[in-house]
Amino acid sequence: MIPILPEVLVEYQSEIWESIVESSIMVGFSVLAALLVGLPIGTFLFLCRKGQLLENRLVFSSLNLLVNIIRSFPFLLLVIFMIPFTRFVMGTAIGTAAATLPMMVIAIAHYSRLVEQSLLDVPKGVIQAAVSMGASVKDIIFKFLYVESRSALVLSMTTSTISFISYSTIMGVVGGGGIGDFAIRYGYLQYRTDLMVYIIIIIVIFVQIIQYSGITLARKIDKR
Amino acid sequence: MISLQNVTKRYGAFKAIQSISLNIKPGEIHGIIGSSGAGKSTLLRMMNLLEKPDEGDVIINNKKINHLKGKEIRNIRQSLGMIFQGFHLVGNKTVFDNVAVPLEIAKIAKKNRTERVMESLRFVGLEAYKDKYPRQLSGGQKQRVAIARAIVNNPSVLLCDEPTSSLDPTTTMEILEVLKQINQQLNVTIIIVSHEMEVIRSLSERVTVMEDGQIYEVVEIEPTGVNKSKKGAATFVEQLKSGGDSNPS
Repeated sequence: MIPILPEVLVEYQSEIWESIVESSIMVGFSVLAALLVGLPIGTFLFLCRKGQLLENRLVFSSLNLLVNIIRSFPFLLLVIFMIPFTRFVMGTAIGTAAATLPMMVIAIAHYSRLVEQSLLDVPKGVIQAAVSMGASVKDIIFKFLYVESRSALVLSMTTSTISFISYSTIMGVVGGGGIGDFAIRYGYLQYRTDLMVYIIIIIVIFVQIIQYSGITLARKIDKR
Repeated sequence: MISLQNVTKRYGAFKAIQSISLNIKPGEIHGIIGSSGAGKSTLLRMMNLLEKPDEGDVIINNKKINHLKGKEIRNIRQSLGMIFQGFHLVGNKTVFDNVAVPLEIAKIAKKNRTERVMESLRFVGLEAYKDKYPRQLSGGQKQRVAIARAIVNNPSVLLCDEPTSSLDPTTTMEILEVLKQINQQLNVTIIIVSHEMEVIRSLSERVTVMEDGQIYEVVEIEPTGVNKSKKGAATFVEQLKSGGDSNPS
């Protein structure tokens, strides 16, 4: 370990690394779920809105309600509420892998809402021009909507990822581990306040890196 | 070419277009003028089914198109270019990429796109701006890019919805000149909607004057004197027939 690190971090370095890996798994899969499922759902929500290409009141209302319900759940209660489902899908409700499932569910709901809002900022005229060119819905999504809203989508993902890190800190309740759980178990519960403070600093540094990277990328790709 | 037969469009109880019939001749520049709310943009947007008529038929090349769906409508739209008052360019795409979009949509092979995009940009005089982004262009240049995008697919018709309304008089004349060249050199039929008498007069061969969702009169342009005493659609007609250049009060 680097010699300038505080002694307590050196002492717990293997546990800290392990918890960082656990957090990375939970956050990583959440990001993946947000991208692979949340992005299409958010896009579909947008397209089903009144006045949009696939306007459908029933589909929009249902999907909108579902996203709202998931986002309304206090996250800890969602994790507990989902235990039977998690056990059914993952075979167990305990451990990092099992903890990832509720994380993915909240990630999908969270990001889909942000995607929908980002797409609302695309000028209606651009969509109208696309339709007048004979673009299909797929063309409109990939050649217009995502292109025009790409910096907003990146910023939304940045915000979401930081929220996922926050959510992951309470996954200790189902044995999910992670850096937040480490801070609670080894820092708070064992009266090692210094260790807890150092872990918080590590989390803050991670969040800063993600925020800075997100803003930099969003700025770089925004040509409007 | 394009023919509208007894088309009607309602928004709730409001009739935006009331049983209009209109034939556009191949190769002509046809103006549509009227006060705000006269229904001129709605009429134009019916021609590529951006607005679907509640009654009546839209006929293109002797084929009724208003009952078509999905891919068939998209194919029709690909053969009709359209430009708007607000340009509606994609801000995150370069000028080149904006112009290339209709070719991508029409699934033109990538190797054939470059030449056609450059040809379109050359036509509107923006060849040197191909790597710029829309925010780096003036209003007139943005409209030229929009025109290049509209003609890149070699359309037979160009629909123009108030294309100069947000431009200054000098730029307006430049854009009108480009539209004239498109009509004359590329043999593209142009249908232009505007509330600006000068724009319609300087460009059109025939003009449909609209009032309250109906055709007030279709006028053949003959340049002569001015009469500003009449109001509304009557003033438009009078000025078109006499060669006047001011809008009705």
